[in-house]
Amino acid sequence: MNTITENAPTTCNSALPVKTIVPRVNIHQDEEGYTIKAEMPGVSKDGVEVTVEDSQLKIVGRRKGEETPGRAVYRERSSAEYRRVFDLDRSIDSSKVSAQIDQGLLTVRLLKSEALKPRRIAVS
Amino acid sequence: MSIIRYTTPKFTSWSRVDRLSSLRDLFDTAFSAKGSASGYTEGWVPALDIFEDEEKVSVQVELPGMTKEAFDISLHDDVLTIAGERKAEAEAQGSANYRRERTFGSFTRSVTLPSAVNSDAVKASYQEGVLTITLPKAEAAKPRKIEVELN
Repeated sequence: MNTITENAPTTCNSALPVKTIVPRVNIHQDEEGYTIKAEMPGVSKDGVEVTVEDSQLKIVGRRKGEETPGRAVYRERSSAEYRRVFDLDRSIDSSKVSAQIDQGLLTVRLLKSEALKPRRIAVS
Repeated sequence: MSIIRYTTPKFTSWSRVDRLSSLRDLFDTAFSAKGSASGYTEGWVPALDIFEDEEKVSVQVELPGMTKEAFDISLHDDVLTIAGERKAEAEAQGSANYRRERTFGSFTRSVTLPSAVNSDAVKASYQEGVLTITLPKAEAAKPRKIEVELN
């Protein structure tokens, strides 16, 4: 079965010295593969890190140390980095991963390996 | 699956959740939480920060994945209101939603500014998914140095 499963962050958190935020994602699946859209407001292209290793996709978003325009009166935002890890199943071709970020929305496109795409067999 | 909608860290009372003994207490806590911004409303609540220095007040709101035309910013006395709508993505044929966490729909947030501002000189910019509204302070509200005279 084709899946992207989430790597539960609970076991990793204790090893991380920095508190991280889990970005919200929408994952779309189509015949060609998957599209992951992750919300990372405040992150520019330089601050994004997308890595695929051992069939795990890791997305990290770091904000620049922004100088705050004055003293804080009221704060809800956090300056921690965004981090999320997904387990990819073997049907995904890890050499065919592309990513772009626009207005704080990171879009990662994962394509299935050619051989494993559903194929229509012609009946002769 | 949680029946409580994901909320931004605005509710500081969230830390008390583990000590609540009933579901009813949970709802009472959530709905009674106060902030300097508008209370719990339907729809989605984007996170915001307010900063102030001698010259201006700055409000930054996290709104990723939108276009600058989608915002409706208005100022009435010292209350700034930011509203807008994020449309859900149209689903292509043959695609399926595998996971859906992002919120869509309309939002609105009103904040009372900490100082009087010059409403003619308000500027807004949208970069990296953060909407920044800069409101220069009204002259009367700027701090003024008072010289001490020596007699």
